[in-house]
Amino acid sequence: MDKGKIFMVVTGLIIGGLAVLLVAQGNPGNMGFCIACFLRDTAGALGFHRAAAVQYVRPELIGLVIGAFGAAFAAGEFKSRGGSSTLVRFLLGVFMMIGALVFLGCPLRDILRMGGGDLNAVVGLAGFIVGILWGIFFLKRGFNLGAAKAEPTSAGGYVYVGATLLLLVLLLAGISFNPAGGGPLFFSTVAPGSLRAPLWIALGAGVVVGILAQRARLCLSGGFRDFFLIRETGLLLAYGGIFLAVLVLNLYLGKFNLGFAGQPVAHTNHIFNFLGLFLVGQCAVLLGGCPLRQMILGSEGDMDAAVTVVGMMAGAAIAHNFMLASSGKGSTSFGEIALIAGIVIVSIIGWAYREVDA
Amino acid sequence: MDTLDVRGLSCPLPVLKTKKALDKGSQELQITGNSKVSQENVSKFAVSQGFKVNLINESPGEWTMIINK
Repeated sequence: MDKGKIFMVVTGLIIGGLAVLLVAQGNPGNMGFCIACFLRDTAGALGFHRAAAVQYVRPELIGLVIGAFGAAFAAGEFKSRGGSSTLVRFLLGVFMMIGALVFLGCPLRDILRMGGGDLNAVVGLAGFIVGILWGIFFLKRGFNLGAAKAEPTSAGGYVYVGATLLLLVLLLAGISFNPAGGGPLFFSTVAPGSLRAPLWIALGAGVVVGILAQRARLCLSGGFRDFFLIRETGLLLAYGGIFLAVLVLNLYLGKFNLGFAGQPVAHTNHIFNFLGLFLVGQCAVLLGGCPLRQMILGSEGDMDAAVTVVGMMAGAAIAHNFMLASSGKGSTSFGEIALIAGIVIVSIIGWAYREVDA
Repeated sequence: MDTLDVRGLSCPLPVLKTKKALDKGSQELQITGNSKVSQENVSKFAVSQGFKVNLINESPGEWTMIINK
């Protein structure tokens, strides 16, 4: 195996190990890392939605941005750019989050759930892969959101990093803007929002994952997409490493629980587990990366990716305010309708944004 | 020699456009891009297809390569 592939596997093993560590330190089950869930919690902490069980500024995400920014900056890869169909990317971010919250997790958490024995995640992965193939259908027909332009100065690229640091300051300072109203910042006192690893451990783990994910260009949708398009396996090896580490550590710690029922922060509606991650896969291919990759790109100065992340936060707020998000009891009727509408709308976007000459 | 501009395009379009050009029978292709990731991916893809990669310009904001057999 060449050095590059060994690096990918080792990256995966470290991230998988940190994910298990975070659960052991207090995070919700099979949720050492979850970009969708953590953005949703953060949106809740800011009061963008008022679902009391899912509100917390997750330090893992702050660390992720700091780590990825540092790695990109050190490698000379931080570059302010944007302007590629920004509003459409925002919308795709909204739908990507709705898909993730119907399933209950992003692609990274899907792998962590599988490593914990949650078979619903296998159904989700199947949906994710089929969604990626559906996205590739549009790519092959010339789908293109247009070229991003380099900015004349790098100032714009720092906005995303700066906003993230502001969140860290607010979290550390523990400011409540409206104590009589309970916040913001709002912090859940019931699970899963109340389940959290100690702040500095979560932040540190986030920094490490951010550095590794930036260097490895980690992206699960990219992994499958590159495999299907050009038989490139590097990214899939990294996710294989994550799965292996999580599986072995869960077995060792007695946390492995094989089955569909009774899994942490999960439901057993197979159709909507499948379709939830189908929509995430479809959006991720059109956006050029899964939720994790959007976080990392945003940290590298990609303002379109940063807007996609804001879209995901808006999607989380919409999902909880309009009762679209699933719970352990299952998906909701509104969520099911929104999901199917999302697949249709994102497909229309895929068709509408074909290049004429392709 | 055919030319291809992949500056500013999201993943995986730089690779996909390179693949399309090669599928159309291009034997020598000059590609210009501006992200490190697209440079890595296009190089990797070209090598996997049996092409030689010759980087003729690599400045901080832009790269140009010629790929041929």
